[in-house]
Amino acid sequence: MTDTVIQVAGVTKSFVRGVNAVDDVTLSVARGETLGIVGESGSGKSTLLRMILRLIRPSAGTITLDGRDVWNAHDRDLKAVRRQMQAVFQDPASSFNPRQSIGTILAAPLEVHGIGDRASRAKLIGETLERVGLPAATVSRFPHQLSGGQRQRVAIARAVIMRPAVVLADEPTSALDVSVQAQVLKLFREIKDELGLTSVFVSHNLAVIREVSDRVAVMRHGRLVEIGTAERVFNSPESDYTRALIDAVPDPFRRFRAPVELESGS
Amino acid sequence: MDIRSRALENGRPTLSVRDLTVDFPKRSGSFRAVDGVSLDVWPGEIVGVIGESGSGKTMTALSTLRMLPKRAVVSGSIELGQRRILDLSPAEMRKLRGDRLSFIPQDAMRALNPTMRIGRQVGEPLVLHRNLSFKAAVSRAVDLLRAVHVREPERRVEDYPHGFSGGMQQRAMIAMGLALEPELIIADEPTTALDVTVQAQVLKLLKEIRDREKTSILFITHDLGVVSELCDWVYVMYRGKVVEQGSVERIFTEPREDYTKMLLASTPTLFPREAS
Repeated sequence: MTDTVIQVAGVTKSFVRGVNAVDDVTLSVARGETLGIVGESGSGKSTLLRMILRLIRPSAGTITLDGRDVWNAHDRDLKAVRRQMQAVFQDPASSFNPRQSIGTILAAPLEVHGIGDRASRAKLIGETLERVGLPAATVSRFPHQLSGGQRQRVAIARAVIMRPAVVLADEPTSALDVSVQAQVLKLFREIKDELGLTSVFVSHNLAVIREVSDRVAVMRHGRLVEIGTAERVFNSPESDYTRALIDAVPDPFRRFRAPVELESGS
Repeated sequence: MDIRSRALENGRPTLSVRDLTVDFPKRSGSFRAVDGVSLDVWPGEIVGVIGESGSGKTMTALSTLRMLPKRAVVSGSIELGQRRILDLSPAEMRKLRGDRLSFIPQDAMRALNPTMRIGRQVGEPLVLHRNLSFKAAVSRAVDLLRAVHVREPERRVEDYPHGFSGGMQQRAMIAMGLALEPELIIADEPTTALDVTVQAQVLKLLKEIRDREKTSILFITHDLGVVSELCDWVYVMYRGKVVEQGSVERIFTEPREDYTKMLLASTPTLFPREAS
């Protein structure tokens, strides 16, 4: 039996009576796996992620993290859930407090959970910044002084500094230039492998999902259209909708298959 | 033979930009957003300008429309047909915009007037430039909306923009851009905010318009995939300069510049190349 970390069972969310933003979704995520959730606007992919993150309460169904019911956890269980689960959002400019330095932003989760003392926290922050490819001096910078790519590196640092079991990411690279996106995706994969993280990655971009995911879930109108290994879903989709999505993607490497290689050192 | 080689044999480009430079004065010195850009769009050609943020692609488009902020200092020449755009008076420029030259922006919702019915908005260029009555313009708007595949256009002209989905709003913007049968459409990331299935429909529509009306299109985007589907000729911009140009096939199969190669290598794909 595989070791299930996240279990979503029969989850539904209705914001308006009669319309389900998420409609009876059941899926699971195994330890160390990245599940990509892909869909167009209104598919319910972000709502589902936010229900797992304990930001939006489901109308029905249960969500468990390592066997703990996310929405019925209290006290110590709740604290454990929150500590194990971290998030990276699309626009870090709006998820950081603009008046806090990067050092303060990164120290906050450690202080809340009472991890280490001042000196050991500073050391951990320095190491984490180095790991995400930012200079140590970044601690005294403010969010607006960083580029979009640098801010997203800080967001990844904030997510992993707690050594969580699970990282949930909602369109983390869709506001970035393509060259910066490639770097951030690479960092995300490396860190995920190093720390053995389990992750859920939501995006509208099929190619990005293909690059980061082990398994892929396709959503439409709140429902799970299909789920399977990335290889299977993209190479032999079961549903007509998935096929239509793939066909709609303008992909330069569909028309032009000539190899493109980077010169060494560039 | 591609469109460009055919066009080179007979006639002149629809749009010709030479040594375009755009400076923004700062407290000390100035910032050069566009640095000596030259480009051509031939009749019936779809030309892509691709670049990342800060490459100067949008500033190049806005220069052609004379829609840059007032403080921008522009030099070089831009010719649309026989007209030297940078020498026109504001009144002459207003006449040209919409008439010979139209613009499709990224965010149709923000470009449409929320208090004006779709039919009047799509038909408005005909009222302003062709002296049609609003009634006649709205009936023409029905045809234009039908041409961009809006269903039941007779009914939809009565709607306000908020009743249209994102894709429908972008179609309405395109219909408005077509109203006066311009020589050149400038589109700045017109599909970036759309879902991928809707984007595919809008790209198909732009190609259809080019084939039917022989309209030239200058298409600004950061998306290599969109360029590969839509464009005949591509200019790659980086830090205000054109670093490479070529037919879409050549750019994607034999990129010459390191920057172009890096862009291609960075683009995530559903069709991964076999590891060699």
